[in-house]
Amino acid sequence: MTPSNEAYDLSLLACVVLVAMVPLALAGLVLMNTGLGRTRSAAHSMLASMAAIAVAALVYCMVGFSWEGIAGGPAHTLMLAGRHWDWIATAPFCLRGLAPGATPANLQVLLQVFAVGLAALIPLSAGADRWRISASCFSTALLAGWTYPLFAHWVWGGGWLAQLGSSYGLGRGFLDGGGASTIQVIGGLTALTVVWIIGPRRGKYADDGIAPAIPGHNIVYVLFGALLIVPGWIALNAAGAILFAAAAPARTPLIAINTMLSAAAACLAALIITRIRFGKPDASLCANGWVGGLVASSAVCAFVSPLLAIGVGLIAGGLVTFAVELLELRLSVDDPGGAISVHAVAGIWGLLAVGFFVPGQMLAQVIGVATLLGVVLPMSYLLNWLLDRVHPQRTGSEGERLGMDLHELGAGAYPEFVIHNEEFVER
Amino acid sequence: MKLAGMLLLLAGWGIVVSAVVLFPRPMARALFVLAGLGVQGLGLILAFRSGARLPEGGK
Repeated sequence: MTPSNEAYDLSLLACVVLVAMVPLALAGLVLMNTGLGRTRSAAHSMLASMAAIAVAALVYCMVGFSWEGIAGGPAHTLMLAGRHWDWIATAPFCLRGLAPGATPANLQVLLQVFAVGLAALIPLSAGADRWRISASCFSTALLAGWTYPLFAHWVWGGGWLAQLGSSYGLGRGFLDGGGASTIQVIGGLTALTVVWIIGPRRGKYADDGIAPAIPGHNIVYVLFGALLIVPGWIALNAAGAILFAAAAPARTPLIAINTMLSAAAACLAALIITRIRFGKPDASLCANGWVGGLVASSAVCAFVSPLLAIGVGLIAGGLVTFAVELLELRLSVDDPGGAISVHAVAGIWGLLAVGFFVPGQMLAQVIGVATLLGVVLPMSYLLNWLLDRVHPQRTGSEGERLGMDLHELGAGAYPEFVIHNEEFVER
Repeated sequence: MKLAGMLLLLAGWGIVVSAVVLFPRPMARALFVLAGLGVQGLGLILAFRSGARLPEGGK
């Protein structure tokens, strides 16, 4: 956006409204995560989500934003083969460099406070029923204070991935208007590292090789959460495209249409696939497919036609259903909410789809995905592994036996459902 | 094995970035980027294999 006239003020106002709607996406995801977990960890899931959002917002504003900065701001660069590689920003800590008023920079910060909160919720889904609140808060601090801002600088802060177009003639550089990489894939890969470190839930993988299903406790939460996510996601995609991909505010309706169509196609794809494979539609996989479509749309919604958005959503929905099964049954990755499939797999598909459908863009998108897998995943694993050495992330066997609500909070989410006397513990 | 997987992921990324820097010709660049992705694929397989449970009777 360039400050020129009244249209500029209207654009800012539109952005403010859009950014203010993004928390709906967080609320929907929290509901989904809680519904996909067990009854005895429901309150824990909700509280851990609130704590993660709070930690993410504070750490990002105090530290993270200084590494991310804004495009054109101060940054450290490396000289490589005669070209500058902008790798980390050097903005002042604690948001001290921001001017007062509704400037684009302030709106970018506000959007990212919500965005990093959304990214922090994704690993919580994968670590449900066994990840301690304190450990999830420390892990979130690492995500919001280092992993997220570093990669977001490369994509949204004028870093080397964004400059691939101008430096090496690779299309328009790595494109991601709605945060498919910075939010979704980073969250999904962090979820994978958390699951690798804390291991599966007790009883998930028996010695006889059978992996019994542990269904979510409230599918109404899950489906309502999936619906609640939509307005927040539309706002996230539109605000991100305007603030980070230089899309005109007039494109907002098309972005909204593409987002909705992608989600719809993905949900129907999941519904049809599960109906064919299992004889009946699987509600939780349909909800996950729906969100997978939204995740994929974050990458493509500002750059493709509605017809292509439907195609992207169809493939995303199919991928999610197969990835959930592959991870759970073949690779022994116990991810109760399907976060890795929904956010990492569908996100990577969306990023590659930009390469398929935007001419000259493929190599830049592939380099971005390779960076996610080659830098973000090992770095996130290393950070969470070190954290686990200092502060064990998994709850003890007593916590898993009682449930996280009673063990960590001293009270359950549904006290009237308690039927075993042994579940009462001293607060 | 997980450590080896992570190192391969990092090495694959190094090949991808090197391809961008060293090869101005699109074909050579694309081939080396694909090679880097292949190395990353091996890294992912190793990392997942280290966490996967072997079928009954497997060692």
